[in-house]
Amino acid sequence: MHIKAVIFYILAAEMLIFSVLAVTSLRILRAAVYLLFALAGTAALYFMVDYFFLAAVQLVVYAGGIVVLIIFSVLLTSHISERIPHPGWAKMSLAAVTTLAAAIITAYTLIEEGFKPAAGEPVTYSMNFIGERMLGYGEGGYVLPFELISILLLAAMIGAIVIAKRTPRP
Amino acid sequence: MKALYDFSILTQSIHMWLSDRYTPAAVTIIEMVLVGVAFMILFAILGLVLVYAERKVSAVIQQRMGPTRVGKWGTAQTLADVIKLVLKEPIINKEADKFLFNLAPFIIMIAAFMAIAALPFAKGLQALDFDIGILYVIAVSSLGVIGILLAGWSSNNKYSLIGAMRSGAQIISYELSVALSLLTIVVLTGSLQLSTIIESQADGWWIFKGHIPAWIAFLIFLIASTAETNRGPFDLAEAESELTAGFHTEYSGLKFAFFFLAEFANMFIVCAIGATVFLGGWMPFHIGHWEGFNAVMDFIPPIIWFLVKVSFMIFLMMWFRWTFPRLRIDQLLTLEWKYLLPINLFNILLMALVALMGWHF
Repeated sequence: MHIKAVIFYILAAEMLIFSVLAVTSLRILRAAVYLLFALAGTAALYFMVDYFFLAAVQLVVYAGGIVVLIIFSVLLTSHISERIPHPGWAKMSLAAVTTLAAAIITAYTLIEEGFKPAAGEPVTYSMNFIGERMLGYGEGGYVLPFELISILLLAAMIGAIVIAKRTPRP
Repeated sequence: MKALYDFSILTQSIHMWLSDRYTPAAVTIIEMVLVGVAFMILFAILGLVLVYAERKVSAVIQQRMGPTRVGKWGTAQTLADVIKLVLKEPIINKEADKFLFNLAPFIIMIAAFMAIAALPFAKGLQALDFDIGILYVIAVSSLGVIGILLAGWSSNNKYSLIGAMRSGAQIISYELSVALSLLTIVVLTGSLQLSTIIESQADGWWIFKGHIPAWIAFLIFLIASTAETNRGPFDLAEAESELTAGFHTEYSGLKFAFFFLAEFANMFIVCAIGATVFLGGWMPFHIGHWEGFNAVMDFIPPIIWFLVKVSFMIFLMMWFRWTFPRLRIDQLLTLEWKYLLPINLFNILLMALVALMGWHF
C-alpha cells in the first residue's frame, strides 16, 4: 500500500474515533477537546492533498477560533465536577434514527457519484491567485460575497457588544 | 562561496543515500523521524541554553552574580535543574480531570513543534517550506493557547483558572497585533512563503528598506510577541505574587518542565519569525556597493547570522522582562485594543501607500 494511503487511513480513523467521542463524552470540556482533534485531523487531510491555504484556514478558524471560543465559554460557565446528564432513551433513539438516515443518504450519494480520477495535470493554486480571486471584481471574483460577509460580521460584533453592555440602573 | 553554505546539497545527499537503500515509503518514514529527532534535540538545547541565559541576563540587570556553583560559571546549573525536575514526584490534584491535566502540556509542546518546523534556519535548512509560511506559523501557534486553557481548568484550582482566563484573553488579543505587524511586511514582499521573504532581503533587510512603517511594525511586533509568549512585563497570567504561578500552579516534575520548556521554545520561535521577516533571516548584512565589506559578511555562515539575530531579539525580550514593571489586566487590554490595533491598521495603510508609490528601496 502506498504511504499516502496508510496516512490517510490513520487520519480517517482518528477523525472518526474522536468525532464519536466528541458526542458521547459526558464531560463537556473533554468533548470540546475531542472536537479539536477531529478538526485538526481535517486540517491534516488538507495538508496531505497539498491544499495548504485551506489547511491553515481550517486551523485558524476552527481549531484556533471556534474551539477556543467553546473552551472559553465552558471555562466561564461550568465546574470541573459537572457531568452532562443522560439524555434519556427516547431522545437517544430519535437522534440515532436521524443520524442513521443522514449517514445512509450521504453514503448513497457518494457511491452513486462514482468518483473518477481527474483528467489532465493536477492543479495547484498559488496564494496570490487565491488572494486576487477573493478580492477580484472581474470574472470569477468574489469581492461582493467577501464584503457582504464582512458587513455581516461587523453587525454581529456590534450586536454582541450591545447585548453584553451593562445597562445603567434606572 | 554561497554554494558552500547551501544546506540543500546536504539534505539532497542524505535523501539520495536513503533512496538508494530503502523503499520510498521507508525513506519518507525515516526522514520524518530524522526531522522530528533533530527538532527534539534542538528543543532540549534551547531549553538548556535559554534558561541559563535568562538567569545570567537577569543577574546582570539586577547586579547579582546569577548561578556560579555548578560547573564553570554555573553553566551546568540548568542540567542540575533538569535532573531535579525529573526526580520530582508527579502530583495530580484530587478531583482534577486527569486526562486533560496530562494532555495540556503536550498540546503546548505540539503547537511549538509544528511552528518551529516552518522556520528557515539557513539556505535549504527548513523542514516545511509552504507558500503560506507566515499564515501557517500564525495558525499553529494559536493552538498553544488551548493547552494553557485546559491546564488551568483541569487543575481544579481557582488560581489556575483565573491565570488561564487571563492568559487566554491576552494571547487571543495580542495574536491580532502579531499577525497584522507581520502582514505589514508581507505588503512589501508580496509573498507569504518564508524562503521567498528571505530572498527578497538579499539587498537589504526590510527594517532598513521599509522606512518608518517597517520600524513601527517592528516595535509593535516586539511588544505583541512578548505579550503573546506570556513573558514579563505581560506575565500576569502567572504572576507569582497574585496567582502563585497561574495555570501551572498544580503541575510538578516533568510536566512543569514541559511548560517551562514550551515558554522558552515559543520565545525562540517568535524571535526567529521576527528575525526572518524584519531582520533578513539568514541573509548577511550588506551595505550598498561596498564590495569588500559585503564579501567579508558573506564569509560568515548564514546559520550564524540567523542565530545572532535571534539571540539579539531574545536578549531584547529578556531585557524587557527584567526592566519593566508588570501591567494590570485592564492596562494590558487597553494597550492592545486602544493603541496597538488602531496604530497597526493605520500602519498597514501607510505601508500600502509606500509600496504603491515605490518609496521603499
